[in-house]
Amino acid sequence: MSIGLNEYMILSTILFSIGLLGAIRRKNLLMLFFATEIMLNAVNIGMAAISKFHGDLTGQMFAFFIIAIAASEVAVGLGLLILWFKRHNTLDLDSLQKMKG
Amino acid sequence: MFEVVAFYLFAILTIAMFIITVMTKNALYALSSLAAGMIFISAFFFLLNADFLGVVQIIVYTGAVMALYAFGMMFFDTISDVKEDIANPRLTFLLTGLIALIIVVMAMAPVIGTVNAYYPIHEAYGNAQDVGLVLFTKYLIPFEVAAVMLLVAMIGGIILAGKKMDYRPATEQDHTHNLKKDEK
Repeated sequence: MSIGLNEYMILSTILFSIGLLGAIRRKNLLMLFFATEIMLNAVNIGMAAISKFHGDLTGQMFAFFIIAIAASEVAVGLGLLILWFKRHNTLDLDSLQKMKG
Repeated sequence: MFEVVAFYLFAILTIAMFIITVMTKNALYALSSLAAGMIFISAFFFLLNADFLGVVQIIVYTGAVMALYAFGMMFFDTISDVKEDIANPRLTFLLTGLIALIIVVMAMAPVIGTVNAYYPIHEAYGNAQDVGLVLFTKYLIPFEVAAVMLLVAMIGGIILAGKKMDYRPATEQDHTHNLKKDEK
């Protein structure tokens, strides 16, 4: 018995679903960012697994770029979050509704 | 055998950590369990012979991203519980499962066929050398663009978060000063 591509894909899917659940369920903006990180990491596992089992380095390359994008996303996102918190004193997602019809 | 045990051990640990992150009401618990999950994920990269990726995962995620979150959380109210009112929990779970299924089918359909290796892995080189070789020949321009993007993100983050950082309570002097400025 050994671990194949399927097991890694199933794990990646489970982790992605957990992140998606968080992204749908959460109402706090900071927690929403955490859920995004989980989803990005889940995809990274899938990329690395495909890279190994198909003998191709492209998957790892894309995983690197995903990590770079995640890092820059956090920097900008956290800056916006701090700005929002200073202005409105809350991180609740419902407070973003400025225009109510 | 070792690989199987390690895979299942780390799979269970990672899933448990991320479920805590998603479900907990305390922001600090969420942050700590997320950091733990990130480190456990790097174990999968080591299992997959992607050593360099595993090291980058530890350095970038738990070193940079988590530290950034930790510093960012000093601005927020982290002691009190996160208040969330979910209108329909069952609908949330159903939608999550459905969307995840669609995404998996969409993403996995091309993988099931045979894939031609454009940049094959050389066992003799070792992972770090192999990655460097491909990254600095075939992916040089995306690499440089990513570097510029990181610089832009850094400057953007500093400007966004650093606005009015020197906070002090407004005094009488400020009011008169502002009034004079308005008159001009």
